Amino acid sequence: MLTKRIIPCFDVLDGRVVKHVGFLQNRRDAGDPVALAQQYTRDGADELVLLDISASEQGRLATRRVVEEVAAQVNIPLTVGGGVSTLEDVRSLLLAGADKVSMNTGAVRDPQLIHQAAQRFGDQCVVIAVDAKHNPTMGTYEVMVNGGKVGTGMDVMDWVAKAVNLGAGEVLLTSFNQDGTREGYDCILTQWVANAVSVPVIASGGAGKKEHFVQVLTEGKADAALAASVFHFAETSIPQVKAYLRKRGVPVRWQNQVS
Amino acid sequence: MIALLDIGIGNLSSVTSALARAGETVAVVADEGDWSRLMVEEPSISGIILPGVGAFGDAMIQLKTSGLLNVVRGAVTENRPLLGICLGMQLLFAYSEEHGNHVGLGILPGKVVRFTNQVKVPHMGWNDLTVVLSHPLLEGIHKGDFVYFVHSFYVQLAVNSPLLVAAAQYGDTLVPAVVVQNQVYGTQFHPEKSGEVGARILQNFVTISRQWAASQGGVSHG
Repeated sequence: MLTKRIIPCFDVLDGRVVKHVGFLQNRRDAGDPVALAQQYTRDGADELVLLDISASEQGRLATRRVVEEVAAQVNIPLTVGGGVSTLEDVRSLLLAGADKVSMNTGAVRDPQLIHQAAQRFGDQCVVIAVDAKHNPTMGTYEVMVNGGKVGTGMDVMDWVAKAVNLGAGEVLLTSFNQDGTREGYDCILTQWVANAVSVPVIASGGAGKKEHFVQVLTEGKADAALAASVFHFAETSIPQVKAYLRKRGVPVRWQNQVS
Repeated sequence: MIALLDIGIGNLSSVTSALARAGETVAVVADEGDWSRLMVEEPSISGIILPGVGAFGDAMIQLKTSGLLNVVRGAVTENRPLLGICLGMQLLFAYSEEHGNHVGLGILPGKVVRFTNQVKVPHMGWNDLTVVLSHPLLEGIHKGDFVYFVHSFYVQLAVNSPLLVAAAQYGDTLVPAVVVQNQVYGTQFHPEKSGEVGARILQNFVTISRQWAASQGGVSHG
């Protein structure tokens, strides 16, 4: 049986891991990316997501080196995103050792990038990352870009459907409203998207305790749950989350008995 | 030393890193000329790995134009260990219906078909193995061990197919996960991305390859 995935995510700024509380607020240093990647792999992470939030060219090169080091050290899948806006960006991250590349603002600006990357490198390595902001009056969700700073006026359901049609093999769905709150995932948003598309959906934004993972992987219909600060600052751990999911009947990858 | 065939679409660094962690060196082979040179310069070359992500049709074209098709066929003729990973495994079979109909290498009998729409496609993530036949490639691997899959097409095989060594259940489909015929091996999952379980399977392939090289007489254990 295919298991639900638990995916720790880290933001990398100029080669260091940082965690910001909320999209636009304070950043806190959370350590060395390679050490963290190894720790998570030992803990039973099912994949790793690394987002480059560097603004400068040097910062991006530093992150590229981090991708190479992490890819050489870990034996689980690695998704890398952040600032991907050309086919060459995709290619260079795949060559650095990423298994999948996530695209967000770059794909909104140029949706054909999804198609070109899927044609060239295969659907399985193209992840469409969507930041969704809830409009409580309308009950709808708007696609945000530039790290949540800019609204696009596009509806999340429309954009996700289009991106999957163009060849995205997976959706990384972040609730702008829940991100950084540690008050739980947006299970309604996640369920809407998961029911609407044929590809796997990774839920993101809001994880604060182990119960949240159960909610989003059952009610929320997510295929995977991503979290950052809850693991970085050791509020709960991957083994604890997985043990709890298992107890609640959610299938997860468990102890490997290699002898 | 293991030869890694580069058909221009796969990410070779993950397989190279995984073999390095298994204590084995790798030579990347992009065409028939590379292979001929390698046979002269590196007598310790043992098994061949055909990795691959991307599309079946493009990969077959690349295998033909690069001459790697002859390298693969030559390996099968001399019973040299050959491991196809993911698309690399699918290429070993006779046909694929990925984006049209394509003829494969035809080393193994069978056809590659798409998952039905009752499940999410791609089949992406960790699934548990059911070991159907015990085999040296799966030494140390147990029923219920998890490996990482990413694919939208799978090999349609009968449950009692003699090729089938391990399988994984996805929805109503029994996905062939490990196939073996003589020294031809295939894994639908990515051993290089499957944690300690995958590392063990690659280690087993390295062992099988070294044993084969030793059996050829006077060949060092690269």
